[in-house]
Amino acid sequence: MDYFLQLFLSGTAKGSIYALISLGYTMVYGIVQLINFAHGEIYMIGGFTALILGGYLFTLGLPVPLVLVLSIFAAVVFSSAYGFTIERLAYRPLRNKPRLSALISAIGISMILQNFVLLMQTEKYLAFPSYLPELSFLEPVTEYINSTQVIILGTTSVIMILLTVLIKFTRIGKAMRATAQDTNMAQLVGINVNQVISVTFVIGSALAAIGGVLICSYMGQINYYIGFVAGIKAFVAAVLGGIGSIPGAVIGSFILGWTESLGTGYISSDYEDAFAFIILILILILKPAGVLGKNQNQKV
Amino acid sequence: MTSEMKPILEIEDLSMVFGGLRAIDCVSMHINSGEIAALIGPNGAGKTTIFNCITGVYKPTEGTVSIVDSDGGKEKIQGLKPHLINNKGLARTFQNIRLFSNMSVLENVMIGRHNSLKGGILSAIVRDRRTREEEQRILDESYEILKKIRLDQFVNETARNLPYGAQRRLEIARALATDPFLLLLDEPVAGMNPHETKELEETINLIREQEKVTILLIEHDMSLVMNVSERIYVLDYGRLIAEGTPLEIKSNREVIKAYLGE
Amino acid sequence: MRQNGLKSEILGSLAQAAWFTVLLFPLIVMKVNVAMSKATVQFRWSYLPIIAIASFVLSFVWRRALEWSSTRVEKPAGSSFSSKIMGRFQIFESNKTIRLATVALFVLCVAVYPFALGMYHTNIMITALIYVMLALGLNIVVGWGGLLNLGYAAFFAVGAYTYGFLWKFVGPQFVSAGFDTGWLFWIALPMAGIIATVFGVLLSLPVLRLRGDYLAIITLAFGEIVRMVLQNASDITGGATGISLIPRPWFLGFKLPPKQAATYIYYIAVILVVLTVFIVRRLEDSRVGRALEAMREDEIACQSMGIDLVHNKLVTFALGAFWAGIAGVVLAAQTTYINPDSFTLWESVMILMAVVIGGQGSIPGAIVGAMLLKLLPEYFRPLAQYRMLIYGIAMIVIIIFKPDGLIPRKRKSYYFVKKNSADSGHEVRV
Repeated sequence: MDYFLQLFLSGTAKGSIYALISLGYTMVYGIVQLINFAHGEIYMIGGFTALILGGYLFTLGLPVPLVLVLSIFAAVVFSSAYGFTIERLAYRPLRNKPRLSALISAIGISMILQNFVLLMQTEKYLAFPSYLPELSFLEPVTEYINSTQVIILGTTSVIMILLTVLIKFTRIGKAMRATAQDTNMAQLVGINVNQVISVTFVIGSALAAIGGVLICSYMGQINYYIGFVAGIKAFVAAVLGGIGSIPGAVIGSFILGWTESLGTGYISSDYEDAFAFIILILILILKPAGVLGKNQNQKV
Repeated sequence: MTSEMKPILEIEDLSMVFGGLRAIDCVSMHINSGEIAALIGPNGAGKTTIFNCITGVYKPTEGTVSIVDSDGGKEKIQGLKPHLINNKGLARTFQNIRLFSNMSVLENVMIGRHNSLKGGILSAIVRDRRTREEEQRILDESYEILKKIRLDQFVNETARNLPYGAQRRLEIARALATDPFLLLLDEPVAGMNPHETKELEETINLIREQEKVTILLIEHDMSLVMNVSERIYVLDYGRLIAEGTPLEIKSNREVIKAYLGE
Repeated sequence: MRQNGLKSEILGSLAQAAWFTVLLFPLIVMKVNVAMSKATVQFRWSYLPIIAIASFVLSFVWRRALEWSSTRVEKPAGSSFSSKIMGRFQIFESNKTIRLATVALFVLCVAVYPFALGMYHTNIMITALIYVMLALGLNIVVGWGGLLNLGYAAFFAVGAYTYGFLWKFVGPQFVSAGFDTGWLFWIALPMAGIIATVFGVLLSLPVLRLRGDYLAIITLAFGEIVRMVLQNASDITGGATGISLIPRPWFLGFKLPPKQAATYIYYIAVILVVLTVFIVRRLEDSRVGRALEAMREDEIACQSMGIDLVHNKLVTFALGAFWAGIAGVVLAAQTTYINPDSFTLWESVMILMAVVIGGQGSIPGAIVGAMLLKLLPEYFRPLAQYRMLIYGIAMIVIIIFKPDGLIPRKRKSYYFVKKNSADSGHEVRV
C-alpha cells in the first residue's frame, strides 16, 4: 500500500507538470488548429533561462527566495516572449495555408530551438540546483511525498484556478473562447483575432515555463532534449482528454501521469515512454475526440 | 423531351438528426427517369443535408434512399459509403466548390473516369498494351466531356486558376465523367452573373438531352429553377412543404410564406 | 521609397533587433556551467553585437520577403525561374544527338564514380542513394497522398532488421547447409520489401479515419514504438548493440574485400534507384497516382467520384513502406551493422525535410532534396554541427516562401489534335 501511495503521489506530481505543458498545446490547438511541436522546446527554454539567470543572480549573492522568484519570473517572461515571437515569425504567415505547412513549420522550429540551445549551451546533462524551499511541516510524511512534489501540486492547482477564472470571467477569456469556436465570426464582431492568438501563445508558454522550472527542480537536471519527450507526452495527454478542451487537458495529464507512474512501478521501467505512445494509439483508434471531446463532423 | 414518369430514386421518410437538431424530418421524395427536378427552400432548410444523405456523406438517422430499377425493384443505398453510391450511378457537385485545385482541368475529369478502368499498381508499372489503350481511352473520353461542357480551351490549366463560372462547370464535367444516371447539382449557379447562369442553364439542358442523365438540383436562383425544372420540391425547416410543377409552386401559399413570411 | 517609409522601416528593424538581442541574451551571450550544484555563468560579450546586427539586417530581409511572397501572383507556366533554366536546356530536348550524348556522359560518370573517387566518397554516395530511395518512397505518402508520416524510419528499420534477423536466425542454418551467406542479401531484398509493406498496411488500418494532424502524431508514435521495441527486446533484436557482421551480397560466388564490396553495393544501389525512379514515374502518370493525388486534394470529393478512400490510403502507406524496406536492406549491407540509433525520429524528420525542401510531390525534387541533405554535410564539414539548425531554417523558409519546394511538381500537359474529320484526341506530351 505504501508503494502504491508513493507511486500515486509521484504520478500526481508528474501529471501536474504534464498539465502545465498540455494546457498550452490544447489552447493553441483550440484556437488555430495547430499542433505546436515547438511547445516542448518552450518548456525546455524556460528551464534553461531559470538556470542561467538564477545561477547568475545567485552568484551575485542574492538571497535564495529572491533568486527563486526572479528566476521563475525570468523563465516565464522569456518563454512567453519566445512563444510570441515564434507565432509571429513562423506560424502567422501560414495561417491561411494548408494545415500541413504549419505543421512542417512547427517541426522546423522545434529542430531549430533544440539545436540552438545545444550549440549555444551544451549537449550535456546539467545539474539543476533547486531553489525551492524545503517545507518543514512535511517532516512526518516525507516517505510518501516530498516538498517539491507538494509545491508542484500546489502551484499547479493555483494556476488551474487562475486560468479557469481567466477563461470564464474575463473579457480576454471570452474573446479566446469565441475565437476558438469560430475565428471568422469572432473577427466580424470586432475581436482582434491576431491579438487573441498571441495572448494564447503567451499564456501557454508561460505555463510551460513554470512547468519547466518545477520539473527541473524536481529532477535536479536539465538537458536540451527534455522538451521533446515532455512535449510529446503532454500532447498525448491533451489528445487523451480531448484536444481543444482545457479541463480535458488536465484530466488527460493526470491519467497519463498515473499510468506512467504505476506502469513503471509495477510493470517495467524500460518502457516508460512507451506508455504514452500506447495510450495515444489506443485513444486515436477508439475515441479520437478524447475523453471530453466531441466528435466534429466536417461540413460538406 | 418529356420524361416518363418512372421513378429511379425513392426517398422515404428520411430524417437526419444532429445532436438535438432535426435537420431533416420525415422527407419523402422521388425522382423520375429523365426529368430535371429541383429542391428549393430558404437557407438552412436542409437541402444539402438531403444531398449528403443520398450520396453517402451522411448516414441518415431514419428512413431509406433507394434506387429503383426498370422492374420496380428497389435497392437501398442509404448509409453506404460515398464511393459505392457513386459506383451505382449517382454523382454530385458541391455547394462550396470542391475541385482538385492543384491538378489540371483535364486531370480533374480523368479522375472521374477512375472507375471505368481496371488497372492497379502492377499494370501501372508494367504499362502493357491494354493499360495504354485504357489510358488513351480515358484521355479521349475526358476531352470529349470537356468539349461538351465547353471547357476544352482550359485543358491544361490548373483547376484553381479557372474563372469562377468555369470552376463550377468543371465540377459538373467531373461528375459527369463518373457516368451517372442521376446527377445531383448543389447550387450550380451560386455566385454567377446572369450571362454565366444562362450558359449553365443551356449546359444543364444539353446534359439531359445528350447524356440521358436525370438531374436533381438545389438552387436559390428562381429564374433558373423555373426555366429548367419540371418538378419542384420545397423544403422548410427540414420538412417538405410543397411539391409540384413550377407554376403550382409559384402560387403556393405555404411556399410564399416560407420565403417571405406572412 | 519615401523618406518616411524608410525611416519607419529602420525604426521597426531597430525595435526588432532590440527585441531579439534581449530575447536571445540569456541563451546566446550567457553560458552556464554547473559544478557541484552551483551554477556559474560566463558572459560571451562578443556575441552581442552579432545578434544585434544580424537581427537588424534579417528583419529587413524578412519583411521584404514577406511582401514579395504576399504580392506574388502565380506566374504563367513558362516564366518561373526554374522553367527558365529548364528552357536553357531546350537544346537537349530538341537535338537528339546532344541528348544522347548527355545521357551517355551521365551514365559514364555514374559508372566510374567509385573508381574515380575511391571508397570513402563511394560510401557517401551509397548513403545518399539510399536516402534518394527513402525520399521517393515518402514522397508517395506525403507528396502525392498528402498523408504526413512522421514515423517513416520505422519501415526503414523493418527492412534493415529483416536482413539482420535473416542473418542472425537463419544464417547459421544457411552456412551449415553449405550455402554461402552472400545469398542472404538477395533473399532479404524482396522479403524486406514485402514485410515492410505489411507493416505499412498495418499502420494504415488505425489511421484511416484520422485527419492530418492526428495522422502525423500517430505515425510518430508508431515510429517511436518500433524503435523502443528494437531497443529493449534485446534477446531478439540485440538491443542497443544491434546486429553486426551482416554479410555483404556476394558477386558471382565470390566474397569481395571491403573496397570492391563497396563498389558492388554502389552499383546495386544505383540500379535500385534507377528502378525506383522508373516505377515511381510510371505510377505518377497512372490511374493509381491520380487517385492518390485526388485524395490529397479533397478527400470528400474524391470519395464522391467513386474512389475508395480506405483502399487508397492502404495503397499509399503500402507503397511508401515498400521502398523504405528495400532501402533498409541496402543500408544493412553497406554498414554490416545495424542498431536502433539509425532509425530515430530525426531520421524520419530528415527524410521529410528532403521531400519538403526538394518539392512535395515532385520526383526530381525528392531526388535533389535527398542528395542535398546527405551530401552537403559531408562536403561542407565546417558547418556540420550546424546541420540540423540549417535544415530547420531551410525547411521553414521553404514552407513559407516557396511551399512547392526547390523543384516543384510539374503537371503533365496534353495536346489534342483532330484526326481527319472524325474528332478523336491524339495526345502529345510536353
